Amino acid sequence: MDTILNQEKRKARTMGIIFLVFALAVLLLFLPGTTGEQQTTFTFTATKVEALALPDLIFSTQMGLYVLVVVIVFLGAWQLAKGFPNQNLILGVVAGLFVLAFLAWAARDKSMNLTGMLESTLLRSMPILLAALSGVMCERSGVVNIGIEGMMLAGAFLSALIGSVTGSQWWGLLAALAGGGLMAALLAVLAINYKVDQIVAGTAITILATGLTSYFSSRYLQTNAALNTPPTFRPLQIPLLGRIPVVGPAFFNHTFVVYLAFFLVFAIQFMLYQTRWGLRTRAVGEHPRAADTLGIKVFRTRYINVIIGGMVAGLSGAYLVLSSVARFDELMSAGKGYIGMAAMIFGNWNPIGAFGSSLIFGFADSLQTKLAILQVPIPSQFLLMAPYLVTMIVLAGVVGQSRPPAADGAPYEKE
Amino acid sequence: MSRQKANAEGKSPSRISAAARSLAVPLLAVVTALIIGALLIIVTDETVLAAFGRGIGSGLVQAWRIISKAYGAFFFGAFGDLYHITETLRIATPYIFAGLAVALGFQGGLFNIGAEGQYFIGGLTSVYVGYSLTGLPWFVHLPLALLAGAVGGALWAGIVGVLKAKTGAHEVINTIMMNYVAYRLAEFMLDVGGPMARPGYRPVSPEVQPSAYLPQFFPSDSTIRFNAGFFIALAFAVLVWWLLYKTTLGYEIRTVGQNPHAARYAGINVPRTIIITMALSGALAGLAAPMDILGVIHFMPNAFSSGYGFDAIALALLGNSHPLGVVLASLLFGALRSGASNMQGIAQIPIDITSILQGLIIVFIAAPAIVRAIYRIRGLEQGEELVLTRGWGQM
Repeated sequence: MDTILNQEKRKARTMGIIFLVFALAVLLLFLPGTTGEQQTTFTFTATKVEALALPDLIFSTQMGLYVLVVVIVFLGAWQLAKGFPNQNLILGVVAGLFVLAFLAWAARDKSMNLTGMLESTLLRSMPILLAALSGVMCERSGVVNIGIEGMMLAGAFLSALIGSVTGSQWWGLLAALAGGGLMAALLAVLAINYKVDQIVAGTAITILATGLTSYFSSRYLQTNAALNTPPTFRPLQIPLLGRIPVVGPAFFNHTFVVYLAFFLVFAIQFMLYQTRWGLRTRAVGEHPRAADTLGIKVFRTRYINVIIGGMVAGLSGAYLVLSSVARFDELMSAGKGYIGMAAMIFGNWNPIGAFGSSLIFGFADSLQTKLAILQVPIPSQFLLMAPYLVTMIVLAGVVGQSRPPAADGAPYEKE
Repeated sequence: MSRQKANAEGKSPSRISAAARSLAVPLLAVVTALIIGALLIIVTDETVLAAFGRGIGSGLVQAWRIISKAYGAFFFGAFGDLYHITETLRIATPYIFAGLAVALGFQGGLFNIGAEGQYFIGGLTSVYVGYSLTGLPWFVHLPLALLAGAVGGALWAGIVGVLKAKTGAHEVINTIMMNYVAYRLAEFMLDVGGPMARPGYRPVSPEVQPSAYLPQFFPSDSTIRFNAGFFIALAFAVLVWWLLYKTTLGYEIRTVGQNPHAARYAGINVPRTIIITMALSGALAGLAAPMDILGVIHFMPNAFSSGYGFDAIALALLGNSHPLGVVLASLLFGALRSGASNMQGIAQIPIDITSILQGLIIVFIAAPAIVRAIYRIRGLEQGEELVLTRGWGQM
């Protein structure tokens, strides 16, 4: 019999082994390609704004890689021998060190702007993060939302249209929230009232939203450019914090939508675990019958959560338009809703976990644009596969037992 | 299952009316979706709005003209003549495979959201066998190329099955991840200068040998693209039905799908069943690709988004995860697609209206209470509602 203690031990051991595998990968993949004279330059210039300048970091590539290997091996050995209390945090640190090793190797004899990299990683993780938060909101109350993609498209379309018509990005943003919320209300009616299978309802919503936005876009937005040129949000630098080197440009020089997303991560985390509303939501998601017996209104809680979740998904769509390309394109969400769903599961249905996993996918996305300037002998397609493969490996070894809310996906039948 | 029971218990007149009523909802769902589509076309047509400005009568006349032109083109495009009928069937062919793939997964309690990636891999393996082997007679080459597609898809999905069975890693994330890996792999293989690209500047595979072509059904008329693939798809639908309902393995798959805990106590090897289900599902999705490649275009282009992965989910849901249902749903989607592309050509209605119709049809079929309320028809006996998938909590 597998006791819980044994499972914990095995998980801790697997985690340690994964750390060592990361170190081995640096040794086998990156070190052989370097020579003693090669140097890596990391720069820390902010691309858009003033921040306190940090001197460039120039080091021997080989030395740098050895140092990183030693640190990772140490972490792995410590994990195997003693165990860290917060394993997932250390896993994140190890993954970060591995990425650093990769960048040091790829930028040998070149210079690489780390601040710029961090900045673009963060920006590209935003739509994924918001999609994941939307999923957390819905699924914690027991409703699977596979329609995130469709809600994002609705939000993106309406933010472009209303933003252009009114000439104000704020109206565009509100329209996106309304669009996502409306789509979610449809999901709620189907899934909660009509007890339609939630995955069916979500699929239908995505197909419907894809069709509607593409249809109206080719009828109106493509023929009349004035309907598809919304004003965008400008980056706002936060005083003082924004001038901190590296961190400032990466975290504190963004548009309103990005700050709102940061706020939502912590707000939803706090609300879920510290407030009465969160307790009710989790109760409804885990055991609706018991919650009902205690007088919690199951339907109402689910309605509220799903509609707020839809608004968050709409916000994700608005980000794509109002904080990024300033235009609606057909199918512009391009699967980010599904990646967001994966980030939610990877993050164990938890806002901060979802943030962490969104960053991984955001990094994958931003790597694509940086590859051209780097010296990488492997075909770029294989590098771009890597984050997805790493996710699978980590998921298999560590987060395999990530646990959804118990009543997730089950319609509730009142007695 | 409950429908079979209801049929067996009923006497023949009521059986007919039960059958009529069980057909009524899907039919009315399609009709209702078409009516809403018509309203959408009217509302977004400037000539109709202008005509309504001149008076109700002229508005109605103009609305009728626009709708009859659009839907005339639509029905002609779906069933109008031999070319369009065969086009409907041809488009339905890969849909049948992709839909069966997802349906089989649902029956085994697995949500295969990665039919798209399995389609790409099946395409790669199938086209490779198709162009690289030469000098084989068609009755050897064609089955080999089809088999290659199935094996490619099976391996791709099988990996996810193994991960699920051995570590509990969730198949939804892993199939999504595998989709992205498959896109990149296909891009690498077919990019100009890649291992499977043809010489020159186009990122496509070499031309498949004629010995691996799926035989054309009307070889004398080269515009008709209908080929033997459709019958292979039907045969596979029968095969999947037989597997699911007539074999021990199928019984095990369905038992694991309904209740993995009970299945384990009944002595079923649950991890093994999960791996087999996933691999079979992937094999079916992998077979969708040769239908397009060996049957129609005869090479594999780089970076084409097929959209099959997503449509496949809709097909499995519409078809109630039953092979016959999947075939019917695929025919419906084929007709919608074929009709809408003719409607776009003749009446300038954006082809995206198919997605709107598909979405509405799914909503109405999944929530029959809405259709019944609109048309005031009596419901079927209890237990007739769709119960297909489970959230990811129950495993």
